[in-house]
Amino acid sequence: MLEVIGVKSLDDLFPTIPDDSKINQELDLPEALTEWELNDHMDQLAAKMATGPGVKTYLGAGSYDHYVPASVPFVLSRSEFVTSYTPYQPEMSQGTLQAIYEYQTMSCALMGTDVSTASHYDGATAMAEGLLIAVRKSRKNKVAISAAIHPFYRQVIHTYFEPTGFELVELPYLPDGRTDLTGLAGIEDLGAVGVQSPNFFGCIEDLGAAAEATHDKKAFFVAGFSEALAYGLLKSPGSQGADLVAGEGQSLGVSRSFGGPYLGMLGATKKLMRILPGRLVGRAKDMDGKDGFVLTLSAREQHIRREKATSNICTNVGLCAVQAAMYMASIGKAGIKELARLNHDKAEYLKRKLTTAGAAVPFSSPTFNEFVVQLPSGKEAAYQRLLDKNIVLGLPLEKFYPELSRCYLVCVTETKTKDDLDALTKELLS
Amino acid sequence: MTEKVGTTGLVLSEKLLWEKSRPGRCGMSIPKRDVEESPLDDSLTGEGPELPELSEIDVIRHYTRLSTWNYGVDTGTYPLGSCTMKYNPKTNERQAALPGFAGAHPLLPTEKAQGALEIMHTLEQAFAEITGLDAVTLQPAAGAHGEMTGMLVIHAYHKKQGRQRTKVLIPDTAHGTNPASVALCGYEPIPVVSDENGILSVESVAAVMDEDVAGIMVTNPNTLGLYEENLKQIAALIHAKGGLVYGDGANLNAVMGIVQMGKVGIDVMHLNLHKTFSTPHGGGGPGSGPVCVTRELEPYLPVPRVTKTGDLFDLDWNRPDSIGKLGAFYGHFGVMLRAYAYLRMMGAAGLKKTSQLAVLNANYVKEQLRDTLHLAYDRPCMHECIFSDKNQKPHHITTMDMAKRLIDHGYHPPTVYFPLVVEGAIMFEPTESESKDELDQYIAAFKAVAQEATENPDALHQAPKATVVRRLDETTAARKPCLAG
Amino acid sequence: MTKEAHELNLPADIKYAKAHEWARVDGEIVIVGLDDYAQDQLGDIVFVEMPEVGETFDKDSVFANVESVKAVSECYSPVSGEIVEINERLEDEPELVNNDCYGDGWFVKIKATNLAEMDSLMDHEKCRASVKGE
Repeated sequence: MLEVIGVKSLDDLFPTIPDDSKINQELDLPEALTEWELNDHMDQLAAKMATGPGVKTYLGAGSYDHYVPASVPFVLSRSEFVTSYTPYQPEMSQGTLQAIYEYQTMSCALMGTDVSTASHYDGATAMAEGLLIAVRKSRKNKVAISAAIHPFYRQVIHTYFEPTGFELVELPYLPDGRTDLTGLAGIEDLGAVGVQSPNFFGCIEDLGAAAEATHDKKAFFVAGFSEALAYGLLKSPGSQGADLVAGEGQSLGVSRSFGGPYLGMLGATKKLMRILPGRLVGRAKDMDGKDGFVLTLSAREQHIRREKATSNICTNVGLCAVQAAMYMASIGKAGIKELARLNHDKAEYLKRKLTTAGAAVPFSSPTFNEFVVQLPSGKEAAYQRLLDKNIVLGLPLEKFYPELSRCYLVCVTETKTKDDLDALTKELLS
Repeated sequence: MTEKVGTTGLVLSEKLLWEKSRPGRCGMSIPKRDVEESPLDDSLTGEGPELPELSEIDVIRHYTRLSTWNYGVDTGTYPLGSCTMKYNPKTNERQAALPGFAGAHPLLPTEKAQGALEIMHTLEQAFAEITGLDAVTLQPAAGAHGEMTGMLVIHAYHKKQGRQRTKVLIPDTAHGTNPASVALCGYEPIPVVSDENGILSVESVAAVMDEDVAGIMVTNPNTLGLYEENLKQIAALIHAKGGLVYGDGANLNAVMGIVQMGKVGIDVMHLNLHKTFSTPHGGGGPGSGPVCVTRELEPYLPVPRVTKTGDLFDLDWNRPDSIGKLGAFYGHFGVMLRAYAYLRMMGAAGLKKTSQLAVLNANYVKEQLRDTLHLAYDRPCMHECIFSDKNQKPHHITTMDMAKRLIDHGYHPPTVYFPLVVEGAIMFEPTESESKDELDQYIAAFKAVAQEATENPDALHQAPKATVVRRLDETTAARKPCLAG
Repeated sequence: MTKEAHELNLPADIKYAKAHEWARVDGEIVIVGLDDYAQDQLGDIVFVEMPEVGETFDKDSVFANVESVKAVSECYSPVSGEIVEINERLEDEPELVNNDCYGDGWFVKIKATNLAEMDSLMDHEKCRASVKGE
């Protein structure tokens, strides 16, 4: 091959790089391992993680512990899905395209929207970009977001908005744990409103009222979520008047993986379809009239519209979207409802047990599978004591909300049994 | 050519999920109820989403059949320029699936997540070494997200200097994401024209550089597959006027262990783990786009930062100058794990060899096809080479026709119609993964297509014929969009 | 394959702007659309992003975007004024721009603030000459 090219050695392949730009010594990197050494090394590192059968975590807060049937990762691992690129050549990418189209359809059913994108990075960036396109479309300047949106999501929203010149205002939460919407009426130049439900405290918001108050101001309502499974049971955000719905789909078959990759879900009414960020798959006919699928409405995107694109997103999380589609296809209409109900009922069971045993539940609004619990004073050491026994009670909230001292965000999913919940109560409050 | 790789096999048809749905079927074992039902107000609950009802075998067959309509790196040569479709080692998948990692909650107390933090810390150090820069964030979720992160860092830097700037220079060979990323940060992109050799000249940059320019966004090697020979001088020019140099690392696969971009004047650079570091593309993602910066820019990186004190790893959230957060947690850890496995198996010598072989393969393709296709820039290329359809135009054959016919021969086409500066561009990036035998077969297939272009152009206009569907009507799809149901 | 200059249909009773918008005066209203050259160059038009009725535009400012499958282009207002009507049919039938650019494929009606601006536009001969130069 060197002969065909007309050079003598591999080193001669770089004549256009100035010599003073080349490095002369080898990079300082860890030495190369064999596959078997790597396995040992990785097993050792994995063992330093508090996961597995000996550990019980009651952490939710945007990352949820749900069962995933073995069939999902198995069929997902088909090389043709995993090792293909973005479907720019539709004739040889119909597998990905149909799978994404089906994902979009099931996402629309879950979120109650007319359209859904092919995915965004995660719930936080989906929400940030949803709010951005909404306020741009409104041609107004202010965006109001609830203080009960996940604190990390709010940080991401702030990061995205910082250089834009749009102004962000925060709506406080009420004593019952829901967002206080009364201030909306007084905000001038309001272009978009963002509320998460179930919110960060697990409380189910009145999205219908929020949508109405937003529309009264001629602004767009963006409903967020971090726990997609909730919409197996709850009224969808779209059906309650949300113009855009943005959230996290990790619960639909995607593993927790220390925070990613997850699945940003973003849906909208048909009216906003042409300003959505990211890829969309649509139906098309081929030369013979046969049904197929293509990436469509590409004129919105960065590779065509460049600096005037609705977003810069290119690579998304396609494989996670296919994974979620496989999960939704497996669980089905009746299954998702039953599973969501079970999550709610188990969380309610623990809530009752903890209250009976002397803990407080500061927010009275109904919740889905997460809620805030406040330990009685004098019991602060319980969190660490449990941690030493490999039980992670939940997320301490004081760091995010200084007023919520001794409060923990606790999540119960179908993976916890009644015995687990009884044992937790006993350990915590005995 | 002896035998065509692409033949007609048995293609199974498959309906949409909901056309297969039958009431009462469920493909998942629903956990037993061991607590009583608790009330929830009717005003809050809905009917539940209309998901299809299928058994496990229905689901498995559905997706297995769909997968056979796809083509991946594991199927065959996939020389998609600018995308670095290299082989994805399977040990990567084993490591990412380890329950200790796959089951780890991101908000575990850090003393309970030492394994993950150690991996992130080691990876950051390795990327700093490879790029010759000082500090790294792994948080960006993809290349474009990395670009945005880098531009936000530049934006924060100028703000801290007390004077915000308004423009960013972008060469005409840039990826479409570059101008879009710049615009997201409120900057106006200013195009810079590449010279007759396809690279940036110091003069063309000097002509547009002033003190309202926040910086320049350079892809090196650029999207024509050429090394930016004047980069050092250009960087000095930008720095002299107070600007910063952003490096788009999409093409890093050409220069690992050969050039450290931090040493040739780049201040901020993103990497694409799903390109250079062998993590699979997944039909469009997930990717991962770490950003490497100089010491001076480290204070602006996203929170949290991974720290190491003694043997203990931790997360530092207290960074007053940070641009904030770019994603819900710490980035695509599952993708980082795969890149980590790759790095640990390659080592320094392996990475350098990777770049050498990637460049060898591209130059080999260039030499073997130069009599068949019109070569856009007749210069030594890096890891990719660019041709056009100029030789075929007289036969009314376009780049698109050749790409589609190549599918019938059993191959994924190269990148087409990009970069925009070459009309009818055909961009090959064979990567280091392809052996000479594989390349020779691909080259033979392309030559066969070019021959058909003169002898039987209709075969190209009608292509592809061997796929599950033929050319699709994208116009009607966009005019009357049907995106669900 | 795109049309040659002599193949273009450029009616003599209307005026043409540099970016190939056409304008026809009807009383104090100016009807605006894209000319044959523009629609031919863009290829199959898939969407027209319209302004809203009541919006005002200065001459030469962007009042609409036209999307084809692989491109987007901006349309500049040939005169200053207020949008009084938009062609709502284009929302569902963008192909009208390709099929009948001077008839059913019109874009907007503008109530012009200064009809004298029409004088700065090209007539059909100049327009054809400008295409030959391109």
